Amino acid sequence: MSETTNILVVGIGGQGVMTAAEVLAQAALQQGLDVKKTEVAGMAQRGGVVTSHVRFGERVLSPAIPSGEADILLGFEPAEALRWLHYLRPTAVALVNRDRQPPPVVNLGLFDYPEDPVGDIEASGIETHALAAGQLARELGNPKLVNTLMLGAVSGYLPFDPESLKNAILDRFRARKPKLVDINARAFERGRESVLETA
Amino acid sequence: MNQPDIETRGERLFLSGNEAIARGMWEAGCRVAAAYPGTPSTEILEYTAQYPDIYAEWSVNEKVSLEVAIGASLAGSRAFCAMKHVGLNVASDALMSQTLIGAEGGLVIVVADDVGLSSSQNEQDSRFWGRFAHVPVLEPADAQEAYEFCFDAFALSERFQTPVILRVTTRVCHVKGVVRAAGERQEHRVADGFQYKTEQYVMTPTNARSRLPGLFEREQALRDHSEETALNPIMDGSDRRLGFVTSGPAWLHVREAFPDAPVLKLGLSHPAPVDKIRRFAGRVDRLIVVEEVEPLLEQELKAAGIPVSGKDLLPQIGELSPEVLIPRLYPLIGRKPQPAPAPSAPDQPKREVVIPFKPDGQGVKMFPRPPTMCVACPHLGIYYTLAHIRNKIISGDIGCYTLGAGQPWNALDTCISMGASMGVALGLDKGRNPDDDNKSIIAVIGDSTFMHMGMQGLLDIAYNRGNVTILLLDNRAVGMTGGQENPGTGRDIHGEETLRVDFRKLCEALGVRAERIHEVNPYELPTLFKVLRAETRIPEPSVIITHQPCVLTERYSAQPPFAVDEKLCTGCGNCLDTGCPAISVTRRETVVKPNGREKELAFVTIDSPACTGCELCLKTCGPDAILPLADFTRE
Repeated sequence: MSETTNILVVGIGGQGVMTAAEVLAQAALQQGLDVKKTEVAGMAQRGGVVTSHVRFGERVLSPAIPSGEADILLGFEPAEALRWLHYLRPTAVALVNRDRQPPPVVNLGLFDYPEDPVGDIEASGIETHALAAGQLARELGNPKLVNTLMLGAVSGYLPFDPESLKNAILDRFRARKPKLVDINARAFERGRESVLETA
Repeated sequence: MNQPDIETRGERLFLSGNEAIARGMWEAGCRVAAAYPGTPSTEILEYTAQYPDIYAEWSVNEKVSLEVAIGASLAGSRAFCAMKHVGLNVASDALMSQTLIGAEGGLVIVVADDVGLSSSQNEQDSRFWGRFAHVPVLEPADAQEAYEFCFDAFALSERFQTPVILRVTTRVCHVKGVVRAAGERQEHRVADGFQYKTEQYVMTPTNARSRLPGLFEREQALRDHSEETALNPIMDGSDRRLGFVTSGPAWLHVREAFPDAPVLKLGLSHPAPVDKIRRFAGRVDRLIVVEEVEPLLEQELKAAGIPVSGKDLLPQIGELSPEVLIPRLYPLIGRKPQPAPAPSAPDQPKREVVIPFKPDGQGVKMFPRPPTMCVACPHLGIYYTLAHIRNKIISGDIGCYTLGAGQPWNALDTCISMGASMGVALGLDKGRNPDDDNKSIIAVIGDSTFMHMGMQGLLDIAYNRGNVTILLLDNRAVGMTGGQENPGTGRDIHGEETLRVDFRKLCEALGVRAERIHEVNPYELPTLFKVLRAETRIPEPSVIITHQPCVLTERYSAQPPFAVDEKLCTGCGNCLDTGCPAISVTRRETVVKPNGREKELAFVTIDSPACTGCELCLKTCGPDAILPLADFTRE
């Protein structure tokens, strides 16, 4: 079990969680590893909770990460990252987007949003790096860059060269939207640097 | 969606179970494929439709999809239909007779069980149908097997002249894994054209009776086959204290949790190889059946006198993932499991959970995040209006609009099965007690659900003079499953033009009077409210058709966004009652009104990059505080 790397990607429907998980899986595939990745569809695309489990290693059996065994948490929303905390090993690393997205039930005053979800994750003893991905994306000139920023942030914590992940995401843009390759390359590097700043 | 790369041979493909089934069906020479969309099966047909040399269609419901596949099989072609678990309930009428007829070209029913209920109204075990209809059930564990078992399914179907059920679960459909695809498509032909075999194909009582003995002979032959097939392998293990019989993705979970235990894996899980399992049981100290969901195999083995454990140790609900298996089974062999994790139920709309985040167990309360309707969804205006209608009972149906039962609308009172809103509404009307005499019965149904199984119910309402007001939400898509085409969109599965159903004419033909049918723009709140209130007061069936497209489809065109002028917002919170997820609260304030009562104010903002300018919230805003975003940037 210990040879398998377990990455938990979490967020909200529409944030690009699935795409990020796909890019991580493709990068692992290119290392010649066995890879499994869960996809959640259906009701999840309606603003609900989205999680994707990405597992890779010599041979991956169950597609589900057992709770308490995730090595890396990639959280696209701070409260969502906190929600899945129990999936992490004590030695795990959490990369978390600070941008809050309270759901309608919070807006309606039915529930409270946690005061400091990133602080809570840190308080649990997990190595945590947070970035304001939305703000960084706007600074780079395109709010859709959040996904690439998050991938840049996680790139330094993978058991393979960060460049492999960078190539996996840039390949997607080369194939579909070549004009966006350069800006995504910059976003990836910005994401990578931003977590080094907080380290 | 990615285009399937049909040139790829023997290479490592990274496919979901659904993609792998499409690939396997195509390579195995399938010629006809039909389905009604339903999570988690939807993508099977979406991918199949992209392969050449295979006819693919969206059928109006699962029963029709099976009938299309049956016809193609009798015509001598390999064919399959695909559906979610509840779809087979609808299709079962055809299955229960077709099992007597058998199959000519391979006939496969792919049924996807939503184990864990990620997006379904119930959790049911489709393996039951194998027992009920006396047909074999294949259970792939992952994408590679999903691909391979397509070949096995067709071969079994043709060899034993039977429909075959290929049972997958969410953990097969929506998990991507490495698949090695063998090669190219094998064209397949079993007969020279349609054979006229009246005694076999026409199920009169006499013909059906004469087919019954063959049904049980076939099942015995399949049972014998199950004892020897390579689909049911034994994987030896060094630690014989526990042995497992398992099938589907549960096999992977067992291997993960007990890598050293012997396992008998059932790819052909019905009919089960009972003698093989009996011999296997003799080689381990204790045999455990790990099956999702019902104890079907367990009961059969117990009836055969084989001592096994199963649901006495494991739950009869949900997935049997390692985190379920480990705490329940490790103690049997003296191993200590990790402490059980905190339960998380993020889609439970009315519950919050506590996340213990500190070593001392201190926790923080976590809100639920139930699915919401989309920004600018045409259903928002409908539920805003329904929430403001008094004295009503709302009979709901299956689709995105089921979310109307949630916050902030709370405007859906029943939801049972596809199309049920119609008949249930009629029953609510005819069965009402005097207490409900002043209540309006309203039914809410989407375009695709209406054509799936709602039309007959409307006919029944009209024929039996029911007092029901029907909201037919035509958003020109099967919204919940991702915006697929249907006969109301005028396009087929390939996006090509075909006939388009005229809902007004259809409802009229079903017996609703022309003057009781209205077409309304759901964003026009005053009109919608007026028409709805008027029709609920008229004691005969009426239909209100709303006709704005699903915002996730290309038929929707976004308009310039809006923003809130902070200086003008009075905190009334009316706009929050639309339920649009682009609106959020910036601050709350409690004020004391002149009459001494306290009032909670909620000042709002609009996430302008998400807003697509539907103008719904404008119509709820008293102080006109919502203005085009462009007005702010000009200032």
